[in-house]
Amino acid sequence: MSRIDLDNLNQEFYDVLREIGNIGAGNATTALAQMLGCKVDMAVPQVRLLEFSEVGTIMGGEEQIMAGIYLMVEGDITGSILFLLNKESARKLIAKLMGMESVGEDLSEMEQSALKEIGNIITASYLNSLSMLTQLVIYPSVPALSIDMAGAILSVPAIEFGTMGDKLLLIQTQFFEGLDGYFILVPDLDSYDKILGALGM
Amino acid sequence: MSQTIKVGMADLNVCKSPDKLTTLGLGSCVGVAIRDPITQIGGLAHVMLPNSKTIKNNTNIYKFADTGIEELVRLMVLQGASRSRMVAKIAGGAQMFAFQNKSDMVRVGEQNVEASKAKLKELNIPILAEDTGKNYGRTVIFSPENGDLVIRSVGKEEVII
Repeated sequence: MSRIDLDNLNQEFYDVLREIGNIGAGNATTALAQMLGCKVDMAVPQVRLLEFSEVGTIMGGEEQIMAGIYLMVEGDITGSILFLLNKESARKLIAKLMGMESVGEDLSEMEQSALKEIGNIITASYLNSLSMLTQLVIYPSVPALSIDMAGAILSVPAIEFGTMGDKLLLIQTQFFEGLDGYFILVPDLDSYDKILGALGM
Repeated sequence: MSQTIKVGMADLNVCKSPDKLTTLGLGSCVGVAIRDPITQIGGLAHVMLPNSKTIKNNTNIYKFADTGIEELVRLMVLQGASRSRMVAKIAGGAQMFAFQNKSDMVRVGEQNVEASKAKLKELNIPILAEDTGKNYGRTVIFSPENGDLVIRSVGKEEVII
């Protein structure tokens, strides 16, 4: 039986998970700054344990259009990671990366590909810091992209958390003024044990 | 004045015409809409997982297709709906991210649809229409008055089933 119960998480475990979130998001921000070749100011990431019903509202409603980049995780721990940002933030990031303004309602194939790459680098550096911290081997898969309603994208990690409890662990990071990104790391329950075990808990 | 009642993720609700029920941004989850055409009592469940029996932590009965649909039918009967007249429509169960390897978790949308259909069949509730699968999210609005299930998706025409 796993030691972790997300519905009744004790303060110590919560603090550790929050610290992992902080370090991961910090590394991801550094990677983003290197990729864009400019300074990226990061606000202190917020780590929250949310009820399913609160999840959609936090990002401006279940129908808010978001871009989600999703990767499966294998190795010593298994699960998945989702990086989310709203469509306007996605456009801003793409414009900075490609050095041109995005036009039209939908993102072009080129822009989508750039966005996947941004998500890939950000999540990979996030996972990398987790791997360094725990000495666990973590391999991310190829990224998949979806641009759709927040509720629909979030259903994917929510379902994975749903097999364990009724809450979801969300890490919110602000990269620039008005540019919010969200990480949702979904290790399965055994992997939670492994992560905490590797940290000596 | 008619109201539109919101149903959240892993949640369900029952209402009577002219009120409506809605659930926003269904992804791999499935929206199960059930109606008694005579009393015009309707119910909508937003189920997340197919089976309560394969999961240890299953206290939230609204979360699963099997227990959620059963509870929805029970609540509708309490409101005065007749079980023998009930008909259903379902929507959702998309695969939001395209992956090469089709693990069980990736196929959960499909499994939610199958489990919902199996439970409705077990309860002898016929399915009149469905809009399931594919790779996009859906917002649904259900009217127990005429049984219309309105489906809205990003960048697509509104569909009524």
